[in-house]
Amino acid sequence: MECLFHNEVIRPQKLDSFLADIRQRMQSGFQPIAFFGTSESLIYCFLGKTHELCLYCTPFPDPARYPSLSVDYPAFQIFERELCEEFGILPIRHPWLKSVRHPSGNKLSIEDYPFLHSDSRLIHEVGVGPVHAGVIEPGHFRFLMRGEVVEHLEIQLGWQHRGIIPMFCKGPLASKMLYAEAISGDTVIGHGSAYCGIVEELSDITAPASDLRMILLEMERVAMHLSTLSALAGDVAYIMGQNLFAALRTTVINATLSICGSRFGKRALRPGGLNYGISTSLIKDLKAKMQYCSVQIHDAAEAMFANSSLISRFDDTGTISANDALSFGFTGITAKASGIPVDARMDHPVWQYPGFLVQTESSGDVYARAHLRYMESMQSLQIILNLLDKTDPEAPCYIGLKELMPNQIAVSIVEGARGRIVHIAKSMDTQKALWYRVVDPSIVNWQALSIAVSQEQISDFPLCNKSFDLSYCGSDL
Amino acid sequence: MLHFIKARIRHGYQAIPNPLTVGMDPAFPGVPELTASADLQMLGGLCPTNAFSSDGIDLGRCVFCGLCAREHPEMIKFTPNNKLAVDSRDKLIMAPGQKALPKIEFRLPFSLRRSFALRNVSAGGCNACEMELAASNNVNFDISRYGIDIVASPRHADALILTGPINRNMAEALSETWQAIPEPKYLILCGTCAISGGIFAGAEAINRAFLKHWAACLFIPGCPAHPLSIVHAIASIMGRR
Repeated sequence: MECLFHNEVIRPQKLDSFLADIRQRMQSGFQPIAFFGTSESLIYCFLGKTHELCLYCTPFPDPARYPSLSVDYPAFQIFERELCEEFGILPIRHPWLKSVRHPSGNKLSIEDYPFLHSDSRLIHEVGVGPVHAGVIEPGHFRFLMRGEVVEHLEIQLGWQHRGIIPMFCKGPLASKMLYAEAISGDTVIGHGSAYCGIVEELSDITAPASDLRMILLEMERVAMHLSTLSALAGDVAYIMGQNLFAALRTTVINATLSICGSRFGKRALRPGGLNYGISTSLIKDLKAKMQYCSVQIHDAAEAMFANSSLISRFDDTGTISANDALSFGFTGITAKASGIPVDARMDHPVWQYPGFLVQTESSGDVYARAHLRYMESMQSLQIILNLLDKTDPEAPCYIGLKELMPNQIAVSIVEGARGRIVHIAKSMDTQKALWYRVVDPSIVNWQALSIAVSQEQISDFPLCNKSFDLSYCGSDL
Repeated sequence: MLHFIKARIRHGYQAIPNPLTVGMDPAFPGVPELTASADLQMLGGLCPTNAFSSDGIDLGRCVFCGLCAREHPEMIKFTPNNKLAVDSRDKLIMAPGQKALPKIEFRLPFSLRRSFALRNVSAGGCNACEMELAASNNVNFDISRYGIDIVASPRHADALILTGPINRNMAEALSETWQAIPEPKYLILCGTCAISGGIFAGAEAINRAFLKHWAACLFIPGCPAHPLSIVHAIASIMGRR
């Protein structure tokens, strides 16, 4: 969804009524979309549910403290920790107020982080990271173990923090495409189109060629799901699945390269449209490739999910209950695999998806997340094929940008491969943004991994981890 | 079992027969060609990462966004040539009129030419270079056919392949990983961020002091570096053609 809030509409409320309104909305099924402080000394709170979005704001409390919302609504836990880290506003009785990313200026350096510790003689600790065994981004996992059973997993991130968000406010907002693409290099189209949505909404234009953006977004989703399926198969030593899905991912991302020159869709988008159009011969070529993929993915998945030794590893491993998924506000595959039908393509659609139905699974385990990735890939391929049928290669793919409308707040929500991507910005003048916020689905979903591995064998940790497919750089920013 | 056999037969043979000579999709932006009369100052004004200087275009800074080539196709074009890697930083600067990058002359010692183990550290990378490096070892690109292994422990490694601009929070972990690699050891920079900081050059949360102390033997540009560029670069220093 792209949506504009005119400044007159957002009146800062008193703290009490701000908190009371949020609590009332949460009671009626809303989820926090974003909750953050800004340089104007205001706390903003965006809440959303299907087809609805509301915004509240309040000045920074004085003294800098307020009763924590996380006590009753755990979905706020990460947002309140962020607010406390960035602006020193204390949520009173927050269950565990630990640092999020160790930005510069933090009193404790990331190496000195105090991990939860147990004095019990039955418990031993296992530390993993920040440098992991594979070719993967850094993060630290600290397990408290009783024998082979995980009693507690503490996930400490921030190792990838590179200060990307302040970059959006330096210089004209419309020139920040490269930064949007680098929020998470495997979700270039997801974050890229959310960013483009912000600029387009603030300058009141409608970008052409939305078909092509949708095609690229769905291709990215297929590629990411295949990459995860490949990794999951590899983790249980089902090597054929690992290779089959990896080769299929290559086919999909090479097709993305044939559109824009990058396997990840970098440099495809720009605010106001796209850098590259699509030719008739390319449409034909893409169709053939996508049809090939849908046959092959079906074959590979049929073989994989018929393998009983693989299923015995996937079933009942790393279960997230529907209740936890709801109360922590998980998004994307994590929520959908536990039976919660949240999907921005339905809840907050930017574009029209005729006949789109959110696919869900009910068991909430590794199997559910793996199988759902297969189902979603097939659905996305169908969306791509339908779109390719009606894409007009002659249509213009870019219209010029206009100046930004000053002093407006825009929000842009896109369903990326990992879940709901939220970008929010306020324009300062006709060029620059006053502040820019990004909520990657991973920052919310990391908590799910910690819940999932509790009381599991530590040997199942890699499997659980891959099944969520979480981004380090997207949450560390 | 029948599903398994069906899927395996349909999968066929996926490996690229020779990744060192295979052609690229013409859409791929590889080695750029500046015309002799290109106005470098004008191109420099467009470039988001200051890749242009009076000497030409610096591929260590270029993020291959293609803005210059879209605005001034008469001055610069990106050819689909993926052989982007060089063995010293200054060779990444391409002068107007230059058609290709200098050949990689650096060679590993003889003992490492048939077996070379890499340890990756991602320090503030966006996960694109990391995924491309992992893809280099997949069924299509299959870098291990040259005896190149990506290993789990720095103790097993001959080289560190760095991705990302080196952020402050990873600086110490990177340095510790490097120290844990036994001598002789080599440093490879993969991707524009690792080579110059890329779009993060000069940012507050970046700390590139590590590269003041240690010199790299191989520079693989790209945003992200393409698996074929990575395979070509590393196979070259092992003496493969």
